Amino acid sequence: MYIVIVGGGQVGYHLSKMLLNDGHEVLILEQDTARCDLLCEELGSVVVRGDGCEAATLESVGTARADMLVAVTDEDARNLVACQVARHRFNVRRTIARITNPNNEKIFKILGVDVTVCSTKLILAHIEQELPSHPIITLLKLKSGTLEVIEAKIPPDSKLIGKKLRAFSLPKGSAVLLIIGKEKGPQIPTPDTIIAAEDEVVAITEAENEEAIRAMLTGR
Amino acid sequence: MKVVIMGCSRVGAQLAAMMDAEGHKVTVMDIDPFSFKKLPPAFNGTALVGNGLDEESLKKAEIGEADVFVAVTQGDNRNVMACQIAKHIYNVPKVVCRIYDPIREEMYRNLGLRTVSPTKLVAKLLRDQIEG
Repeated sequence: MYIVIVGGGQVGYHLSKMLLNDGHEVLILEQDTARCDLLCEELGSVVVRGDGCEAATLESVGTARADMLVAVTDEDARNLVACQVARHRFNVRRTIARITNPNNEKIFKILGVDVTVCSTKLILAHIEQELPSHPIITLLKLKSGTLEVIEAKIPPDSKLIGKKLRAFSLPKGSAVLLIIGKEKGPQIPTPDTIIAAEDEVVAITEAENEEAIRAMLTGR
Repeated sequence: MKVVIMGCSRVGAQLAAMMDAEGHKVTVMDIDPFSFKKLPPAFNGTALVGNGLDEESLKKAEIGEADVFVAVTQGDNRNVMACQIAKHIYNVPKVVCRIYDPIREEMYRNLGLRTVSPTKLVAKLLRDQIEG
């Protein structure tokens, strides 16, 4: 696959390295001269100096034949425009954007960016999981965000401890997929599986039920 | 008309003063409060420190009630993104966007934004002066 990457920062660099290792054709657009030189030294001649939001620059690197454009600069507006220009001027079929402000997910979706990855949200989710008051983390979004795979750690004071899984009243459209016990390790849950403190429960749920399932699994 | 202007640059300040003098309800936003010094003393509108890409600032500017949103910051990308937020999330009836890059200007015009590209306009004016 031919993949154009806009932004040669840390994310752009590591992403390119990974894609090159997987055998893809990669091109990085980066505006900073010193950064371009560094990337060239590390990755070879896969770097062009230029603004990835500018149609002329994108044209010069053959964006029209790109299978995908990934915009990973540190500025949301820049990433949005790079994706829109790729899509509307060069008919790139798949565009992926990094965003830092979680509020921007909605506008990116409305404007047709295929995938957004919000670094702030991911970091928050990981930190949240370590906080006693927020034991849920979203692992994966499916069906363009309508379904979520979540992981919850059963707090030591949960009312659910010692109860069988069949006693749970899960919201509609939700299911427990996996239970990882502290000692027992991963188990496929059955209705008779008994919940223990600090079990990690992996479940699938509709996005709108996340709060309900959070309340239920923490069982306070 | 209620007009929200993002960017109190020379153009933004001039436009804000003009619309205000014509009796419209004007809110001008900029991330730098120093930029408001460009507004004339007689300016009756609201000057608001904030970023037009940010939900909170847009709500403070009462974007939901705006008839027109204009983006004239120095960054094409910021202007384009703010205008699309105003149009698609807050349903502002008329959004006007300054875009320096003529190619991007054409593209966003086709995508339904009202656009102005000073690059083309100024080049034409200069040519007219040279040849005239």
